Amino acid sequence: MHRIDQRFVELRRAGRKALCVYLCVGDPSLEASGFLALEAIDAGADVLELGVPFSDPTADGPTLARAAQRAIAAGATLERVLEVASRVRARSEAPLVLFTYYNPVLVAGEAKVARLARGAGVDALLVVDLPPEEAGPLRGACASEGLGVVPLVSPTSHAARIEAIRRASTPLEGAPRAFVYSISMTGVTGANPSDLAAAARDAEGMRRAFDRPVLVGFGIDSGASAKLAAGEVSGGADGVVVGTALARRIEQAASGDEQRRAVRTFVSELRRALDEPA
Amino acid sequence: MLVSGYFGQFGGRFVAETLVPALEELDRARQEILPSPSFQAELHELLRSYVGRPTPLTEAKRLARRIDPDGGAIAELLLKREDLCHTGAHKINNALGQLLLAKAMGKTRIIAETGAGQHGVATATAAALLGLPCEVYQGALDMERQAPNVARMRLLGARVVPVESGSRTLKDAMNEALRDWVTNVRTTYYCVGSAAGPHPYPTLVASLQRIIGDEARASCLDRGALPDAVVACVGGGSNAIGIFKAFEGDTSVSLYGVEAAGLGLDTDKHAATLSRGRVGVLHGAKTYVLCDDAGQVTEAHSVSAGLDYPGVGPEHARLRDTGRATYVSATDTEALDAAREVARAEGIVVALETAHAFAAIGPIARREAEARGRPARILVCLSGRGDKDLDTITAYGGGK
Repeated sequence: MHRIDQRFVELRRAGRKALCVYLCVGDPSLEASGFLALEAIDAGADVLELGVPFSDPTADGPTLARAAQRAIAAGATLERVLEVASRVRARSEAPLVLFTYYNPVLVAGEAKVARLARGAGVDALLVVDLPPEEAGPLRGACASEGLGVVPLVSPTSHAARIEAIRRASTPLEGAPRAFVYSISMTGVTGANPSDLAAAARDAEGMRRAFDRPVLVGFGIDSGASAKLAAGEVSGGADGVVVGTALARRIEQAASGDEQRRAVRTFVSELRRALDEPA
Repeated sequence: MLVSGYFGQFGGRFVAETLVPALEELDRARQEILPSPSFQAELHELLRSYVGRPTPLTEAKRLARRIDPDGGAIAELLLKREDLCHTGAHKINNALGQLLLAKAMGKTRIIAETGAGQHGVATATAAALLGLPCEVYQGALDMERQAPNVARMRLLGARVVPVESGSRTLKDAMNEALRDWVTNVRTTYYCVGSAAGPHPYPTLVASLQRIIGDEARASCLDRGALPDAVVACVGGGSNAIGIFKAFEGDTSVSLYGVEAAGLGLDTDKHAATLSRGRVGVLHGAKTYVLCDDAGQVTEAHSVSAGLDYPGVGPEHARLRDTGRATYVSATDTEALDAAREVARAEGIVVALETAHAFAAIGPIARREAEARGRPARILVCLSGRGDKDLDTITAYGGGK
């Protein structure tokens, strides 16, 4: 079984929710991102999304857009992000998801990116502006390297659309099942959370439709909201994704030590909240 | 037709999942509402009685002689006068059509991006006419260099939102408009200003702008002959695709798009996407994009805010690759010089965007005349008037 699928099976067996943490790699530096990733894993993150910064991040709010600008200025590129991934992989077996916009992948070449990603120990790609209809070539390239491509669903995805996404994202031979990313609200990353309890209930329906783990993301900024978005122990979502709230803490920390402490403190808080008995 | 929204390998719909259903809804409206007789009747009545269509074709004899003194290259120079449209540019054709569509779709709020401000003014105008609230995103740099249009948009009741990120120009305005749309997608209609963006926008905008070419072609035939070459400036490319469409099937007619070469194609300060870009994805479409080896979109440069964009409509990318259209470029100073020439020769103050098309007439005419063995008939899309650019042109010395 693929590493990422194994992790979701273990979590489910233990009755635990998955905590997926997003890091914009290169913010504040490529070297620091590697340490922060390991810090997050050590503090209880189950899955890491390693973000490739992009010049025009139209799905992101101001916090992650600023993080991307800093990361680009610090020299982060898709290939450098993969170098960070391989350093993390050398120290941890946590599932790694490469999170990116499509242009860096297209320009580098899909087959090359898939090959490099596998070499770096990445488990799946999530391309935020690549709807499943456009993702065929990338899914093929990834599957041949044993990587998954994570589909997204949104509150605007009506029943027919969900079915279309499900069909177009069915894992190919050789690829892991990975998970489905369920966006909790219409908006960009870091906007005010809407009804996270409803998002958790929707995620449960989504899991039945897709027969894959479902993680809820967008608008989760505290232990309490993480717990709300994860929902019931026996139902709800399989876990949550937290990005902006962590980037904000990294942005506000004054030194490298403080950044590591901020990551440890916040990820621990999220972990505790998710593990609390209902 | 392009059911999937592709022009060869270009186009498509590369957006966040949240926007996919909205684009599907828009595509349905484009196919069901837009062609309906009642919608077409309402649109054409407004284009006639409000916009002032059809726009005339003006023969520019004095300009022709200044560009080509001995008459060896230019037989006839014809200008399609989109500057005479209400609001002063072709942008109103698109804005009015899209906002009528928005209203028919039951949308209650309008957003738009703008570079030079012509699309912003056109959208604010159509929104005022149709009683819809309107917000326009504009790069802060563009707000400075196109101040008259900012004042016009505000007078028309639109809220102009300054965009401070990135290069503070059109690309960043479009990023911000997309962020607004993904947040308010259920109630809001995004009126894209160029034949760019995700499917169905390139097709929708082209279908609303092809009236330029349809009218111009009919006027040419009334005068006795098709032109040998059609010339238009290309930023996103909406006036160009609008005039090209009508002539695409006329194999004797050469099509020329003129991009902004800024400080020069061999500098890093230009906006010549089709000449110097690579295949990438920007703002929802696969097309030619100015970007670096890592896929980061680079900042474009042009003295003309409307051409200052690192992408281009996907249909132009196709026309470039098939060779049906030829894309050339003009620098900032060539465009500024051309603007002065047109003013002095013809009594027409053209927009700096449009001035790029004029700057390329000489070389295009010589090339066509050589190929045909006789002076060529040239049709230029005069896409907009230049009142908004007076400060820039005067500062350069055009007022001397």
